[in-house]
Amino acid sequence: MSFIKKPRVDFPGQLSNEIGLLKRDYEGVLSTLCAGCGHDSITAAIVQAFWELSIAPENVIKLSGIGCSSKTPAYFLSGAHGFNSVHGRMPSVAIGAHSGNRDLVCIGVSGDGDSLSIGFGQFGHAVRRNLNMLYIIENNGVYGLTKGQFSAAADKGSKSKKGDVNQWKNIDAVSTAISMGSSFVARSFSGDREQLVTLIKAGIMHPGCAILDVVSPCVTFNNHAGSTKSYTYTRDHYHPASQTDFIPPANEIKVSYAEGTSTVVELHDGSRLLLKKADSGYDATDRSRVMRYLEQQRAQGEVVTGLLYINAELPEMHRIYRTSETPMKDVEFEKLNPGSDALAKLQARMR
Amino acid sequence: MSENRVNDFVLKIGTVNGTGSASANGLLLKALFRMGIPVTGKNLFPSNIQGLPTWYGIRVNHKGYMARSKRVDVMVALNAQTYQKDMDNVSPGGFLIYDSTWPRERQLSRTDITILGVPLAKLCNENFSDARVRILMKNIAYVGVLAALLDIDTVILHSLIEETFASKPKLVESNLKAINLGFNYAKENFTCPLPIRAETMGDNSKHIMIDGNSAAGLGCVYAGATVGAWYPITPSTGLMDAFKAYCKMFRIDEETGKKNYVIIQAEDELAAAGTVLGANWVGARAFTPTSGPGISLMSEFIGFAYYTEIPSVFFNVQRVGPSTGMPTRTQQCDIMLCAYASHGDTQHPLLFPANPYECFEMAVSAFDLSERLQTPVFVLSDLDIGMNDWMIPELKWDDNYRPDRGKVLSSEDVDNLEKFYRYLDVDGDGIAARTLPGENPKGAYFVRGSGHNKHGMYTESSEEYKDLVDRLLVKWDTARTLVPKPVFIPAEEETSIGIVAYGSSDGAVLEALDNLRDQGIHADYMRVRAFPFNEEVTHFVEQHETIFVVEQNRDAQLRSLLILETNTDARKLIPVLHYSGMPIPSACVVEGICEHLCAKDVA
Repeated sequence: MSFIKKPRVDFPGQLSNEIGLLKRDYEGVLSTLCAGCGHDSITAAIVQAFWELSIAPENVIKLSGIGCSSKTPAYFLSGAHGFNSVHGRMPSVAIGAHSGNRDLVCIGVSGDGDSLSIGFGQFGHAVRRNLNMLYIIENNGVYGLTKGQFSAAADKGSKSKKGDVNQWKNIDAVSTAISMGSSFVARSFSGDREQLVTLIKAGIMHPGCAILDVVSPCVTFNNHAGSTKSYTYTRDHYHPASQTDFIPPANEIKVSYAEGTSTVVELHDGSRLLLKKADSGYDATDRSRVMRYLEQQRAQGEVVTGLLYINAELPEMHRIYRTSETPMKDVEFEKLNPGSDALAKLQARMR
Repeated sequence: MSENRVNDFVLKIGTVNGTGSASANGLLLKALFRMGIPVTGKNLFPSNIQGLPTWYGIRVNHKGYMARSKRVDVMVALNAQTYQKDMDNVSPGGFLIYDSTWPRERQLSRTDITILGVPLAKLCNENFSDARVRILMKNIAYVGVLAALLDIDTVILHSLIEETFASKPKLVESNLKAINLGFNYAKENFTCPLPIRAETMGDNSKHIMIDGNSAAGLGCVYAGATVGAWYPITPSTGLMDAFKAYCKMFRIDEETGKKNYVIIQAEDELAAAGTVLGANWVGARAFTPTSGPGISLMSEFIGFAYYTEIPSVFFNVQRVGPSTGMPTRTQQCDIMLCAYASHGDTQHPLLFPANPYECFEMAVSAFDLSERLQTPVFVLSDLDIGMNDWMIPELKWDDNYRPDRGKVLSSEDVDNLEKFYRYLDVDGDGIAARTLPGENPKGAYFVRGSGHNKHGMYTESSEEYKDLVDRLLVKWDTARTLVPKPVFIPAEEETSIGIVAYGSSDGAVLEALDNLRDQGIHADYMRVRAFPFNEEVTHFVEQHETIFVVEQNRDAQLRSLLILETNTDARKLIPVLHYSGMPIPSACVVEGICEHLCAKDVA
């Protein structure tokens, strides 16, 4: 499994996207995760989303922390630079990378251990800075690589494979992100490919920190009866709160929708998100109502999915900071260095 | 009773933290500087914002000695809490000035010093109405007293005040008034000047007064650093403050008002390190200023950067560690920590600036070295260099300088390659070429810790891992040839005695060399400026029979490094240590060396 070179499969009728690339141009090396792992479905959705958006792979950076989820950036976009950092610290590397080159499209892949335990602080501060990135949490409620310990995302009362019952309240990435003032919060399920692709596209295009929590069952350590992160449990309790359509800037909204049941959110680049409400009265732009709704659904044991909260008006890090449009790495040295005359003048004040 | 000490004395001022004495002390320092006298100012301050005792020491020395001296020739004691202690510290024949608004007769217990009472509070209360102004002007008034007693040029004082408050004429008026209150009182009541006094001397116009943190921050601007990430920690905070101030001056686009720099105040030092790595990875010059505890927190990322070969610059303004109590005291205590920071086999280039001049220079060379070597580089300053006021030759800049970005392949370079391999050592110097994100899909590679082979692919192969870490040793040897060479001061006579020091211990050794020579002890001096040790360092250690290693820590850390890295006989390396948290005085060096040599003679 691990050292097999991934074959390039050609078949007739493959479609090219707007920049002439095939979907396989967005793939990476062969996954070494367990067969049936939810993470592989997410990887496939990422490939699909980037291909559909026609983003050149070299303009993308893909970062991760440590864990099963954090291995996945190797499995998509081999033409993008990747950064498999240290445990829980992906967001700080992303902040640095985006400080150095703001033109890069940034995707970070993390897990529930990586973001809600060891990296809880960095997760919070990426949200706080509204760093322009798509931040995916591949959430299986369990530590896979160290063989099955509960993570901070495991629900209270959930049973481990060995039969232990989790005593601790879980940390919910979605409500945490919303309460911290996030500009984009969504939840999805690795088993819902269609919703996932749309949310990934929306998250990439969102001009700020897009938090996407994806329930992604661990087939080896957390897919048994008594687990609340299994395929079966998630399918049974799955509840889309809204359905999202992503509409690129050039396309007119052709989808018809009944007045009062949908919301259109315009993004910075002119693209639009069409949010169709599954539940009447749900408004993804009203923070306090969203929080109340999530709390109600949580009490009923439902896994609410969809684009749950959005505020496209919140300025991202560089807009707040008033950074030059030119990426820092490209600013000419002559502009950065004040020169000998300025140094002489400055020192006149030091005497 | 008092000897004549012209341009050779130590003035110490004891006040209460937060009362605004810093500007008064700065005024005194600059006035003496403008009289052409070599001068240094050292702040001894508590970890406190307001209320605890604080002292400022000014050393005036016509020979240019910059180290702290344990003498106190003139003491201004304005803090009742430390009054007794301050008086005890005055050297015999010295002078004590106190605020005689309140009677202190019972405490005036020394007969070998001269005690001068000035009713500073009374004078200020009578002449100023606002309560806060009264406190502030009391400080300016003692400047006036000292101007009369020490014969400080009042024309210079006046112009300094006018320059400082050019935009606030009202403050010029009140400050001048306070100066005159003190000055006139002293003239009327004491014999002025004292035998200990200043006298206009040479020309300091080719020198400046600056602290090391400001100089290092300025160096980062000149080096073209664009991303600074940090978490506030004393005593490194001034470095980022300076970077920010100079960026505001030089890096804001006049047309758009937009910034050509990014400063990230991170949530902790771990994040600061991650940010520095991220920015350097995409090709921006990025750095972090911190102190020992910060390096501890950054260590995981430092090892990661070593293995993944990401340039990164770490300024460690060293202080006594850990945690509370002594964070405002100086030490050279993180040498070992930084040399081998992180888990696994790691080693890092260190630069040791000895003064703010070198802080500026080494800030620039740290970025060049780090990008050339693709590895973390540390600049090890300390609180004494970083936060104190030093007189240094004016900084120079060569406009022909261009940053050494090291081996970075452009998109075209990558196109011309058959295939790009991130960690392939083509040149035999242990350094492989890198590519930057955002340029060419053919140059894309995946950064990951120790599990990668020379092609940049994932590996768990023992051979491939060994191949990689062995190549890093080749790079380490390249580093040895690139880091700054030591500075040598040979003895006037041939000698088998050597002295080794680094960083802020330099001043004490320079002064001690003169003293020892006068006693007939001749020693060659080598100031180490970097790690790994270049061959000049090894040669010096080999050539001398007895080598005194002077440093400011308990465990003789540089000595340990010399033993580990030069295969020298440990017995000939004699530690001379000072680790009280105060800057090392020359007396410590002289005593340490004499004691050892005398003991040897007796034996």
